[in-house]
Amino acid sequence: MLDVRGLKKVYEGSGRRVEAVRDLTFTVDAGELVCLVGPSGCGKTTLLKCMGGLLTPTSGEVLLEGRKVSGPPPGMAFVFQEYGRSLFPWMRVGDNVELPLKQKDLSKARRRELVRDALESVGLTDAVGAYPWQLSGGMQQRVAIARALAYEPRVLLMDEPFAAVDAQTRADLEDLVRGLWRDRGITILFVTHDIDEAVYLGERVLVLSASPTVVQEQLKVDLPAERDQLHTRVDPRFAELRTHVYEQIQAAKRGVVRDAVTKSDTPPPH
Amino acid sequence: MRGGHVALGAAGLAAFLALGEAAPRLGLVKEAYVPPTSRIAEALVDEAADTAFWSALGDTLTGWALGLAIAVCAGVVVGVAVSVVPYLREATASTIEFLRPIPSVALIPLAVLLYGTELKSVLLLVVYASFWQVLIQTLYGVQDVDPVAEETARSYGLGTWARVRHVLWPTALPYVMTGVRLAAAVALILAITAELVIGAPGLGRQIAVAQTSQAVPEMYALIVVAGLLGLLINVGARTVERRALAWHQSVRGEVAV
Repeated sequence: MLDVRGLKKVYEGSGRRVEAVRDLTFTVDAGELVCLVGPSGCGKTTLLKCMGGLLTPTSGEVLLEGRKVSGPPPGMAFVFQEYGRSLFPWMRVGDNVELPLKQKDLSKARRRELVRDALESVGLTDAVGAYPWQLSGGMQQRVAIARALAYEPRVLLMDEPFAAVDAQTRADLEDLVRGLWRDRGITILFVTHDIDEAVYLGERVLVLSASPTVVQEQLKVDLPAERDQLHTRVDPRFAELRTHVYEQIQAAKRGVVRDAVTKSDTPPPH
Repeated sequence: MRGGHVALGAAGLAAFLALGEAAPRLGLVKEAYVPPTSRIAEALVDEAADTAFWSALGDTLTGWALGLAIAVCAGVVVGVAVSVVPYLREATASTIEFLRPIPSVALIPLAVLLYGTELKSVLLLVVYASFWQVLIQTLYGVQDVDPVAEETARSYGLGTWARVRHVLWPTALPYVMTGVRLAAAVALILAITAELVIGAPGLGRQIAVAQTSQAVPEMYALIVVAGLLGLLINVGARTVERRALAWHQSVRGEVAV
């Protein structure tokens, strides 16, 4: 579905050369929910923007369904961390959700239907006529998610979408994303710096090293598909997995990179 | 609170008018040069009954509105184009900085040479003065586009034109509105100046005529009309601004979440 091959991104400017991403190779299968975690400043956002066609990699390539990504692909939607800046304050919620659909060849009735359906999925049917700034932060991010859903993407890229909301809202939104993923069968790549969030949400967790970034480890999350905030988070297996990821991130920060990891592995049980 | 402000404002204005009435009557200033408020008011009423006054007012407003409209359209189009087309901004910056400070009144001889006392003379001056106000504000506004908003639009496949329309234009609009408000005031000044100096038909020429024919109260009455016009234009521009920018934080204020 999504193939990242030898991706490298170097920023050059004003005499400084910053290697944000050194060499990243991984794949995401159709219908998977993969979480990317890494120490802060490790180039997670750079990676996601390269995947979304917003940045051109220095070398390497990203393939979506076998086709090379050279600009924002139509089957992909992006949810940004800064929901307040990503939603347009001059448009009502309904218009914000509808705007991307106007680029597609859809009838007005079909667009309306998609907008209504998407807002219903995130529990914001009543907010259609409100302006984004009249809503709370969590609700604004729901609108941004609804906008992505209405676009009917096959792949959804989420860049630390819940980093700026409070803990309770965050838990609700995590369950929302998992629910949508299970209902709609979208492939989701979810970037976060929160280890618990990565383990709770993901079917697989990719741990990135510190900058210059490579894949430190890939980890399969063998928790049951049915997850909830109360029980999953106290599951001993959850604790093991999060401890493992935490250790990997600490190792990444110290710069200990394990030998090239090519296939998914699972930490030793118990 | 608001009522208090209005009352204070009215009291201040009343005091000013009373002073205007008292000063000539007490002989503090010469009545021939500064007639009392009541005389000016009388002259104003007489003017209102005169069709020549209304056609002069119409001429001034025509020059103002037409000039402003041309300047706003040109300023916005040039401003957006200069910002969107690569390298154009760098290429034009020094020229803009050179042309902008030229006072519009310095072009009066040129206007007379080209168009005599026609409306076109007024338009040339009005457009030149207002154009820069709009252009500069548009250039600032266009630079203010939020990179996240821009990336959002790009990630959803919005093309250049759609991004100009849905992202760049609404972002620049608050700046453009400020430019239009400033330009509206400047346009009126230039319209009346042009009429006064060149003799193009309008309030300015009426003022000059009143002055040369020693009709001092009439002259003051016309000046009052020009002032009221400026006031109305400013209030009107602010109203339009508030309506168009209801979503903007400068207008919407704090909202309960």
